[in-house]
This record gives sequence, structure tokens and C-alpha cells, in this order.
Amino acid sequence: MADQQQEVLDRVIIKFAGDSGDGMQLTGTQFTNTAALLGNDLSTFPDFPAEIRAPQGTIPGVSGYQLHFGSVNIFTPGDACDVLVAMNAAALKANLRHLRKGGTIIANTDGFDPKNLRLANYPDGINPLQDGSLEGFRLITIDVTKMTRAALTESGLGIKEIDRAKNMFVLGFLYWMYNREMVHTENFLKEKFTKKPDVLDANLKVLRAGYNFGDTSETFTTRYTVHPAPMPPGTYRNIMGNQATALGLIAASQKCGLELFLGSYPITPASDILHDLSKYKNFGVHTYQAEDEIAAICAVIGAAFGGKLAVTTSSGPGIALKGEAMGLGIMLELPMVIINVQRGGPSTGLPTKTEQSDLFQAMYGRNGEAPMPVIAAKSPADCFETVFEACRIAIESMTPVMFLSDGYIANGSEPWRFPQAADLQPFKGNFVSAKDGEKFLPYKRDERLSRPWAIPGTKDLEHRIGGLEKQHETGNISYDPENHEFMVRMREAKVAKIADHIPLQTIDNGNEKGKLLVIGWGSTYGAIKAAVKDARAKGYDVSHAQLRHLNPFPKNLGEILYNFDQVLIPEMNTGQLRSIIRDKFMVPAIGLNKIKGMPFSTTEVLEKIEELCK
Amino acid sequence: MSAVTNAPESPKFTSKELVTDQEVRWCPGCGDYSILKQVQTVVPELGIPRENIVFVSGIGCSSRFPYYMETYGMHSIHGRAAAIASGLKSVRPELSVWMVSGDGDSLSIGGNHFIHLLRRNFDINLLLFNNEIYGLTKGQYSPTSEEGKITKSTPMGSVDHPFNPIALALGADGTFVARSMDRDPVHLKEMLRRAHGHKGTSFLEIYQNCNVFNDGAFEIFTEKASKKEEAIFVENGKPLVFGQNGEKGIKLDGFKPVIVDIGTDQNSINDLWVHDERDRVKAGILSRFFDRHEEGKPHYPRPFGVFYVEDRTRYEDRFNEQVEQAIAKKAPDLDALLRGRETWVIG
Ligand code: SF4
Repeated sequence: MADQQQEVLDRVIIKFAGDSGDGMQLTGTQFTNTAALLGNDLSTFPDFPAEIRAPQGTIPGVSGYQLHFGSVNIFTPGDACDVLVAMNAAALKANLRHLRKGGTIIANTDGFDPKNLRLANYPDGINPLQDGSLEGFRLITIDVTKMTRAALTESGLGIKEIDRAKNMFVLGFLYWMYNREMVHTENFLKEKFTKKPDVLDANLKVLRAGYNFGDTSETFTTRYTVHPAPMPPGTYRNIMGNQATALGLIAASQKCGLELFLGSYPITPASDILHDLSKYKNFGVHTYQAEDEIAAICAVIGAAFGGKLAVTTSSGPGIALKGEAMGLGIMLELPMVIINVQRGGPSTGLPTKTEQSDLFQAMYGRNGEAPMPVIAAKSPADCFETVFEACRIAIESMTPVMFLSDGYIANGSEPWRFPQAADLQPFKGNFVSAKDGEKFLPYKRDERLSRPWAIPGTKDLEHRIGGLEKQHETGNISYDPENHEFMVRMREAKVAKIADHIPLQTIDNGNEKGKLLVIGWGSTYGAIKAAVKDARAKGYDVSHAQLRHLNPFPKNLGEILYNFDQVLIPEMNTGQLRSIIRDKFMVPAIGLNKIKGMPFSTTEVLEKIEELCK
Repeated sequence: MSAVTNAPESPKFTSKELVTDQEVRWCPGCGDYSILKQVQTVVPELGIPRENIVFVSGIGCSSRFPYYMETYGMHSIHGRAAAIASGLKSVRPELSVWMVSGDGDSLSIGGNHFIHLLRRNFDINLLLFNNEIYGLTKGQYSPTSEEGKITKSTPMGSVDHPFNPIALALGADGTFVARSMDRDPVHLKEMLRRAHGHKGTSFLEIYQNCNVFNDGAFEIFTEKASKKEEAIFVENGKPLVFGQNGEKGIKLDGFKPVIVDIGTDQNSINDLWVHDERDRVKAGILSRFFDRHEEGKPHYPRPFGVFYVEDRTRYEDRFNEQVEQAIAKKAPDLDALLRGRETWVIG
């Protein structure tokens, strides 16, 4: 055995990259779960190819999974990687620019044969593993395919099945390199392959072989340790944004005592919420896959009329199709939650990439004066609480609510200190029954300006609702000009009034007053959080506030804004929140805008903070 | 269950109690009035508590309907009533859901939802008022208008080939497909009862006269002078007979319908095609009695009545069964759900 050294690191960023068929998502998830169980803080970001089956070995076919874990608090999946696992030439080519100078490349030499090099568009006769072009990095080459096959010569499995275990070799090697136990993955494999003992055996063997390879090979002398992170005490699990959204919806349904109805049409990157929810029918969850986006939200309107907690999930293009029906929901004043997991636009845009460019659509994307509450989650785990809040607002204020997530947090993951069911605040719908001698007024309002929810089947409350303008209180059709203006302002006031029932805005980090306030919304949270933390450590007077409520804004937002000399708003769009903030508060907010289908890096935000604080 | 064989339960409310305080706003003489009246007559006979009845409509003249029915109702957006009714019925299967729509609403802008409603077979009664024109937007041709129709938007005549709604419904695997008309209250009421009695989506096309923009579109079927020649009322188990004195009939020569004179030496009533509303192939042939008097082509009378009925599982039943099965298999435990499979403790 080589003379091994141990080095302690406070954080590491690993990118697992390979062909779609190389099992990189699984490898990444396994390493992540093991890190989580060891108490590291972490954040992950998968990077899928846009095509389902892009040609093997090509750059469009590369599938990636980035993991940032550490003994310190982690807020983003990280900027530049420390380690790049490249299963083939295309994976190296697509990801090399994300590797930091001096970073480590673990390359599967078999994926760099002439065929793979050609598919990755390397010039004839050029192999980056051999031509010295990677000199600035630490290059570890392993013929993973050969090793895997060698480990399984006696397995009796076919060559195709044997090669499928390749990723376990890499995983085993990384476990060795980072001093990790393998029992978590071993248990996972045991469960996954209960019915295929030979495949289970093969995977376990290769995993071990990868580990032992690190241990016995003379080449590798350093192993790394990343200690647990100081996290608030509690019980944690790892969770992805779409998963947290699904759980939040179920929790809300349980806490308001209404069955959940999901009307949805498959669309990237929102479909996983539909998939997840359809597994939980035992919670009274009804999932309805409609014929199109419009039918999905219309079925939701029907279910809401019928007295259920009704939700539709989609992404930008689908939300565009739902526009007219959202307007109907606003006129009917029925509760429903519309979920937009944003992706790159316009039109079909960049379906597998992330963007925050649907804020205007959420705020204004309907005909007429059609105000709708808008609420956005800031991280994968935060989707839970935020969507729960969206349901509460919808039910209590009898209104459609738009919940914004995006591809980054939908597929990203982080540790979640999940709540106890008993700690979640119940809420209830304003259901009514007939009162003797009183004429039922379907649009009579309570102190929230919310109307009663009289569902079919309730005796003596028969009434008609529709998309035509209604008379105040009676809900009868009315073309009266005075009444129309009154009702337009009423619907606006109703949404504005929600501000009375949401928490005041808080400062996430920094002082209440100062030179620079960085305001974010949605998934920019991690990058801003990390950047502001670093900037403050460098002595800059900068604070950070992250908005969950975008319509209405928390009541004290103006006050907070006026307490700072400058306001910076980083967004993955051309400045949509900035326009709204400028419009509502007349502050000359400055934008930091990135529209590349990629989240902000901490450095990008930090550089802008430094520029503004100079 | 079939409604016709069951004696109607005692009504829990009267027709009068189904009238709302809203002024009916259709043009005087519009066929919609008669349909509203027949619906208000039939619904109280059905034995459904009034609060369990919901009328959902889209947009168009016909879609004003819910405002005039003292039940639960929703006047929604153009073409989407089927989708809304589907959502409602899927979570509230005990409700009696009626959908009122028109040829533009269901066959043009809402065509997609229309076919999907039929294939899913929700127990919803779909009343399609077909007036072969756009009334509310003041007289453009519709997807059921005949070719060459001169309207405001087609001054040189429309070039579209029209839909055959019955054939379309059969093609979408509708489980109850029928046709009636505004001007035959007795027949219309019978069809409404049948539609209600069918457990599954009941598609009832109702020829409705728009006396403002398309007056007389169905005159030959509805007016005394021509009705007996031009319309044929089909009934299950009965031969296909029509004509001023019931002197004509329809015989099947293989799959080819042939019009014959009965009571002659060649043909007796016993040779005629006997209507079997459970025969899908024959329903298809019947649905093609759809010509508009063309020189040199055979001309068939237009059929009214139930073309086709089939028993098929309803979407809402299976939809809710799955939820019940899931609950029976595994009691909901929110804490377990939130915890997930793997957790770790930080002390
Ligand atoms: S326009 Fe035609 S269909 Fe509409 S209400 Fe008038 S007559 Fe009836």
C-alpha cells in the first residue's frame, strides 16, 4: 500500500459527467446521499441533455450532476469544480471550462478511444489525455471499462450488463478518495436489485473494486476528509425542489382537510410533480392528466367549484395557454394554485435550462385587470413551505395563486430539516350553508374581501357564476359601468389585502440600514447568500433580503428599500423584478442580469457587489 | 340502469322552481326557449335533489343557459365547459352534471375537449345546441355550416367541409349518441330522459333554430309539410319507417341502405332494417344519413333518436376507485411521508 496522506478540506465541488447511459445521475445521487448521511451540508444541480436519447458519445448527449458538499454551510451547487469525472471525451469537452485551475480530472480512458474522440469533435489524432493540453490539472486516468470487466469475468453476466456497472467503479473510487463509508450505497443496491441477485452481486463487486483500486494503487497518495457541517440540530433528509413541492401540496391538503386535485399536462421541468403526486393517492390525492394545458386548468376550476384543493402544474409555455382560464378563476374567485416551474424562454426556448423570466407573465399575463397573488420559492427545500403558503392564501382569500419555482431548484437538492406534521398550521375554507330567511349572496365579502365557498350539493345555495362581470354581492351579470370599476378595484383590493396576512419582510443577512441591499427572489437565493456572506467578511456594508411574496409585497418592503443607499437585484432575466420595484417604490434599483440558462455563480454576484461598494 | 323503465321518483321541486330571477336574453323566437322549457320540465322528474344538479356551459348563445336554471351553474369560457365539467365530475361523482354547448363551442374552439370527454366517458349529459351558425358574434359560419354558406365572414361562400357531429361522436367512442330538435318537445323530452338515464357521457345533438342569423336551417326536418319525408325517428327494435303515411322504409343491402316502398309486392315491413341501438356498425351507417339533396346522389331522411348506446366504465368511477384502493392499502401518514426513506440526525 502506498504511503497515504490525509488532507482535510472544508468544501468540495464534484461534477459527474458522462453519456446519458453512463448512470451519472445515479452516481451523483448516491455520493450525495452518503455525504448527507455523514452530516455534510450540500447542494446539487443536475444538468440533463435536452434530447431524451441524444446520440451516444456526442456533446449533446452528455448528462451531468454537480455536487457541492462541505463542513461549512453550503448555499449553491458551486461555481468552478474541484473534481471532474469524465466518462468519455464529450463529457470532458463539455465540462472542462467549469473546472478550476489545478482541479482534478478523473477520466475513463476507454471513453477516449478514436471513436469517442471523433464523436466529441476532437481533431483527428488528438487525444486530450495524451497531448499535454491538460497540464494545468491533476489528471487521473483509469480504464474503468477494463477494470470493471476484469472484476466481473466470473460473474456469468453478458458484456452489456457488465459495462452497465462501470459507474459503480467510479463511485467506489470516489468513496475511497473522500474517505466515505459505502454501506449506504450497498444498502441501496441491495434494495434495488432484490430480484436480480447476480446483478446485485456484480454491482457490489465493482463498487468494492473501485474502492480497493484507490487503496492499492500506488498512484494515489492523498485522501481527503470533509467533516460534518455545523447545521442547526434536528433530523434531516435530502430533497429536490419538485419533490418538496409535491410534499407541500399534500401537507396543505391534509392541513385544510380537503382532498387534493392535480390537473396537469406533462411538460419539462414540471412533470416530476405530477409523477410524485400520482404515487400518493393514499393521501386522497387525485391526479388528472388532461388532454392539454387548458383542459388541465379548466379541470382544476371544476374541482375547485366542487370544493377541493385544486392545483395545476406547468412551465412557461403551458402557463401561456392557461391565461384565459386563470382570468376565469379570478372572476369566479375560486381557490386554486397554479405552479410554474420556469425554464428558459421564449416559446419552447430552453426546456431543460433554468430562467426566471416568467415573473411578468405571472404578474400581468392575463387580459383585463386580473390581479393574482404571486409567491416564489428560494431553494429546493423552500418549495415545501412556499407552496404550502400558496395553498393557504388561495383557500383563505378565495383566489388563484401563482407559485413560481424554476428548473434549477426543481431538480436541485439540499438537506431539509423537515417539519413535524403537528407543527404545520391548519387552515380552512370559507364553506357556507344556507341561513333561514336570508337570500344567499355568492359575492358578499368577509374582512379579507373573500367570498363564501358554496359548493354544489349544499342545499338552498344554488347559484350561478361565470366569466361575465358580476354585480357586487349578488354575483348576477352586470354591465353597469360604475359596478365594473367597483369590481375591478375590489378584486385588486382583495389581493392587496393579503399583505395583512403574510409575514413582514426580513433581512436575511446584514444590517437593516446601510450602503447596499441585494434583493433576490426565487432560486438566486444561494448565490446571493454566499456572495453577501463573502462580501461582508471582506468588510463591505451590504445586506441581503430574499422575497418570497411578490404580489402583494410584504407591507414593510418600501421601508426597507429606503434604508439603503443602493439596491441591487440579481435576476436570471433582463430585470423583471427590478422594473416592478422601480415602478412600485420609485427606487433606482440596479440590475445584475444573466440569461444563459444557468444559475448565477457566487463570484458573479460578489464581483458586482464589490463594484458597487467601491 | 335505464331511466325509461324506472318510474320517475316523486319530484323534489317543480319546474317553476327551476326558473331563476334572471331575465332570459335570447332573441324572441330563438329555439333555445323551447329547449330550456323541455329541460325545466324533465329535470324535476328525474328524482335528483336540486342542489345536486350542476349546469356548466362555455360561451355562445346556448351557453347562457345556466343563468336560467335555478341549480348550481357555471358559465365558463369558450370551448372549455367539457374540461371544467370533467374536473368537477371526477371529484364529485354524486352530482348530476349537465353541459350545455353549441356547435362553435364544442366542435370548433372546444373540439379537443369534446372528443376527450367522450372517450373518457364521464357520466355527464352533453346537450349540444346545433344551429349551424355563430349567433353570439352575429352570424359567421360555424363548423357545422354547409359548404358554400354565405355569411359575414364568407361573402363568397364558405369553403370548409362541415362536421357531422353524430359521426364525430361515434368516432370518439361516445357511449350514448342521439339527436333531437327544438321543435319537437315530446321527442326532445324523451331524449333528455334517455340522456340522463345513460351512465356515461350522453351526447345529445339538438337542432336549434337561430331565427336571426340562420333561420330555417332545419325547417325541412321540423315543419309539418316536409318533416315526415325528411326526418326519420328511430327507435330501438323498430323498423326504419318514414314518409307521409309511413309508406317508406329503409332496407339494408349488405352495408348499403336502400329506400324502399313498403306494402308493395317486393317489400314488406318485415324486410326493413330494424334499429338496434347497440350495433355500432349500423349506428355508423345511420350517422351517414347526412346529405343535403344533391342531384344524382341518393337522398336519405335525417335520423332522430338514439343512434347508439354502449355500457362502458365511467372515468370517475375508476379514478376514485384507485384512490380508495390506495387508502385501503396504506393509511396516510404525513409524518412518514415528510421523513422519507433516509434521514440523519444532527445533535
Ligand atoms: S342569435 Fe340566434 S341563437 Fe342566439 S339568441 Fe338570437 S336567435 Fe338564438
